[in-house]
Parts: sequence; C-alpha cells; structure tokens
Amino acid sequence: MVDTLTKLLPNSPNSSLEFRPKRKRRSKYFVRSVPLVPSLILMGFFMLVPIVLPFYRSFADSSLTGSSAAKASFIGLKNYRDLASTPTFANAIILTIAFVFFSAIAGQNVMGMCFALLIRSASRRLRSIVGTIVVISWVLLEVVEGFAIYAFARRDGTFNEILNFLGLNGPDWKYSFLTLVVILANVWRGTAFSMLSYSAALSPIPTEMVEAAAVDGASGLRRFKTVVIPMIRRNIATTSMLIILQTLSVFTLIYTITGGGPNDSSTTLPILAYQQAFAFGAIRYGTAIGTIVLLVRGFFSIINIKELGKDGD
Amino acid sequence: MSITGPSQTKNKSLSNLAVLFFGICFFAPLLWILAASFDASPTFLVKLPKKLSLMNIKNILTFNITYRPILVSCFLAFTCGVVVIVTATLAAYPISRYKIKATRDFLYAILFGSCLPATEIMVLVYCMFAHFNLIDLLPAPALFMASTSLPIAIWMMKDFIDGIPNRLEEADRVDGASFLKTLRLIIVSVMRPGIAVVFIFVFIQAWGNFFVPFILLHAENRMTAAESIYNIFGDHGSASYGELAACSLIFLLPVLRLFLSMNKSLGGASILGRVIKG
Repeated sequence: MVDTLTKLLPNSPNSSLEFRPKRKRRSKYFVRSVPLVPSLILMGFFMLVPIVLPFYRSFADSSLTGSSAAKASFIGLKNYRDLASTPTFANAIILTIAFVFFSAIAGQNVMGMCFALLIRSASRRLRSIVGTIVVISWVLLEVVEGFAIYAFARRDGTFNEILNFLGLNGPDWKYSFLTLVVILANVWRGTAFSMLSYSAALSPIPTEMVEAAAVDGASGLRRFKTVVIPMIRRNIATTSMLIILQTLSVFTLIYTITGGGPNDSSTTLPILAYQQAFAFGAIRYGTAIGTIVLLVRGFFSIINIKELGKDGD
Repeated sequence: MSITGPSQTKNKSLSNLAVLFFGICFFAPLLWILAASFDASPTFLVKLPKKLSLMNIKNILTFNITYRPILVSCFLAFTCGVVVIVTATLAAYPISRYKIKATRDFLYAILFGSCLPATEIMVLVYCMFAHFNLIDLLPAPALFMASTSLPIAIWMMKDFIDGIPNRLEEADRVDGASFLKTLRLIIVSVMRPGIAVVFIFVFIQAWGNFFVPFILLHAENRMTAAESIYNIFGDHGSASYGELAACSLIFLLPVLRLFLSMNKSLGGASILGRVIKG
C-alpha cells in the first residue's frame, strides 16, 4: 500500500503540471485531473495515514517526555530487534515462504495453467460448468471455505474416508500435515484467478499451437516451452506477482482452519501479526511485522513494474 | 483445426475426463456444506443425509445469528459498493480519455500496490481507527474496504471506458455539455453492464470479508455474516456442524445468486482475466 502511494504522489497528474509551460494548458490539465481527487482522498486517508501515524505519534510522544527524536527512532528499531530474537518470528518467516512458494508459485500457477489449457480443449458444456465451479470456489466466503476444508481434513472427515476406502489408514491431517492442508486450501481457493488470467492470455494463440503440445508428448512440451510460454511471458509475470502478493496476505483461510496452531505450526506472518497485537497485546510487534511485510510487498511490486516497463509498451 | 484425426478425438475425451475430475475435486468440499445442512445427524463426512431435516436451518434463523448479521453485512457491502462505483467511475474517466502524463505509471502503481486484501496493515489500521475513535462506527470499515478495492475497480472501469467509442462524448462536448453531464450520458447509456460487474465484484468481496470487520467492529450488534459463522464454530465447538453448515449455506446464497447472474448476463468473470492482461 505504501509503495503505491509514494510512487503515486510524485507522479500524480497534479505534480506533473509544473513542467507545462502554458498557463491555459495547465488549467486544462488541472480540471481534467479533478475527478481523481475523491479516490486519492479515500486511498490516502485509509492507506497512507495508518502508516504515517505511528511515526508522527512516536515523535509527538518523545517531545512530550522531553527526549530527542533520535531516541524515538531508536525505540522503533528496538522493536525489530526484539521481534527478530523471538523463535516464533523465524518460524513464521519460514512458514510464510513455504506457504507462498508451494501454494502460490507452484500450486496456483501450475494448476491455473493446466486448467486454462485443459478447459480449452474440453467440450463446450463441460467448460462452462467446471469453469463456473472453479470460479465459485474463489468468490465464496473465506470463512466458509476454511470450515469446508477443516471438515474435509479432520480425522473423521472425507479425506480419510476416501483413503480408508482405498485400504489406507489416513492420519489426522489437521494435526500432522497442517501446512499441507493449508496450502491445498489456498490452491483450491486461488486457482480460479490464475486460470482466468491464463485463459485470457492463451485465447489469441491458435488452438493448433497449444493443442499440439499435448498430442506430441515430449517434443510438444518443448514447443510449448519455447513457443507458447514466451508469447505470454508478460502475463505470467503479472499473474505470478499478483498471486504472490495475495498469498502473502492470506489470513482468514488459515485462521479458520487452524487458528495458527498447533504449536505455531501454521503461524504465517499475518497470523503472527494478529496474535501479537490482539491476543498478546503487543501492538508494537504487530506494527513491526506489518511494516516488514509491506516492505517485501513493495519490493515485489517494484520488480514487476520494472519488468513490465522493459517491454516498452 | 482442419483435420480431426483419432489422436485428437482421444485427446479431447482425455481432457474432458481430466476437466471433469478437477471439477469434482473443486466441488467436493462444498458438497459437505450442502449435505450437512439438511442432515438430521450430520458428521464431517460428505454423504447423503439418512434423514432429511430442516432442523439445522430452523435453529439458526434467529435475529442474532442470521438476520442482524445479514443486515450488517448488507449495509457494509452496499455502502462499500456504492462508494467504489462513484469514485472509481470519476477517476477512471480522465485516466481512460485524457493522455495525462504519468497515467500509465499511476495505473501500474495502483494495480500492483493495493488491489489486494490488506491484512498486513490491519494492526496499523486498527491503531488509526482507535486514534480517531472510529472503532464500532459502522460506515468506517465500509469506507476502508472501499479504499482497498478502489484500485482494481478503477482498473476495471478504465477497461470499460476504453471500450466505449469516443464519438458519443465528442458530439456531446460540441454541444457544450459539462463534464458531469457527459459522464452521466455515458453511464446511463453505455456503461451500465460495466458498473454492474464492478459493483457485484466489490459487493461479493466486502460481503465475504471476515478480517476487516473482525478487527474494526467489536460490539456484538455489529457482527457480520462471516463473523456469525465463525462464532457458531467458536461457541459450540465441533458439536453443531449441522448449524455451521446451514449458516454457511444461507450466507452463501446472496453471493452465489449475484455471481451467477453476473456470469450469465454480463460475462463477468472473464473480464477479470482481460483486465489482468492489461
């Protein structure tokens, strides 16, 4: 959020007006950018103020107690040091990376691409029905999906019943393979997004070119890699980035399935931020985690915008 | 595809099968909700109810569990939708029509920075809400959610306006119509489907948002639909899955209804794919 606004403000139409020489032209541009104002106010207030406010307040507090502003920023840094020394924080970072890698970069991306390819060559009717089902699992309430997965993965749930039917003895998934369950849940929920995106990207590419990949086996797969993938490279970059950012923020799904437990085994960064701030009353840790994730997100955004800019269009 | 050889037919039925399999996998978890809602003695298994019953649904149809949360969620989602529609349309119009410098940067920044659920800044947002005494004020989270869905809404709106030929407004502008009048003309005549898609999209997202109201609305009479489902689970533990499922089902219905109507008449979901493609 912060990266949007910092990038957005210096580039906003109003500030670029300074370079316009003619007064008349200037007022014309000014009038034309007025309709942007309500959105800017709304986003500015709800996204910029929360980020700026803690700094303002820490300076205000330190001036009240008479200590210097340098002290305030020192205390700010101390939050990060304290946070870094807790084992749950390191654990949360590893879990978050695993979660993002397996459920977003691998899971949703690959599933979405497979779906987009498969659905192209499926019959029309099936395509619309299954397409709708996949998208429905995306638009439904996250809480409900969390519980549906919870019910599925319990010891007495459907997952184990299927395994029993196949003659296997399933474990209590909810305890032993929690990360896996949470990853599957996120793939289930998020695949629709990449599917829609890749379907749109593949639609102008001739059917023969894509289908040949499936028919010709290995050589087709290579052709898919060397011909089709480069054609939609830009789309893959954008979609992956959006998926990664979205997955970084997943809270409700994990919270309803596991509540972060047991023993922090599914405590990703958003969950940890919530627990620290609201369950343990350590608002300063919650704030610090939030800021770290924001920086990571800003980093990814900048990479992607640079990447898109390279294409020159 | 000019020649349909046997390998291609085989290929087609194979991919049909695969699509069907994936479809079933994706639908299975939802089947539990459907089955358990009407089951007199529900378990966590997806199975056909031995004895159908409306008991679960009857149990949850009370003011506190169902009706008030629906009202609260409706209010939040509706306010959010309307605010987004108005501000996004206003913002999207100049972005689409006038080639103001840095418009493209503005758009990229908007799309990548913030079209996503902002869970990580919620602690900061909570502090701000507490600072300005906005906690439990019903319209405040609606405005916050509006601000988080604005970027993608602006992006979608821009896409729609791009698709409308400029002739309409040029004729109008020659007649000396003002900006707002021109905008209204376009909205009334051409943009209605686009607005409907964006509204439904934003409404569905706000309706399903559990985290934001969970953090910003604390009073019991401010409980949203998503929180109500969560509470049933918390209150009764695993004892009342029938009610849990029934409640989920009821709160899903408006979303499903809206989504299906959008999908059918407006070709909604595929628009998103087009939007991402840019």
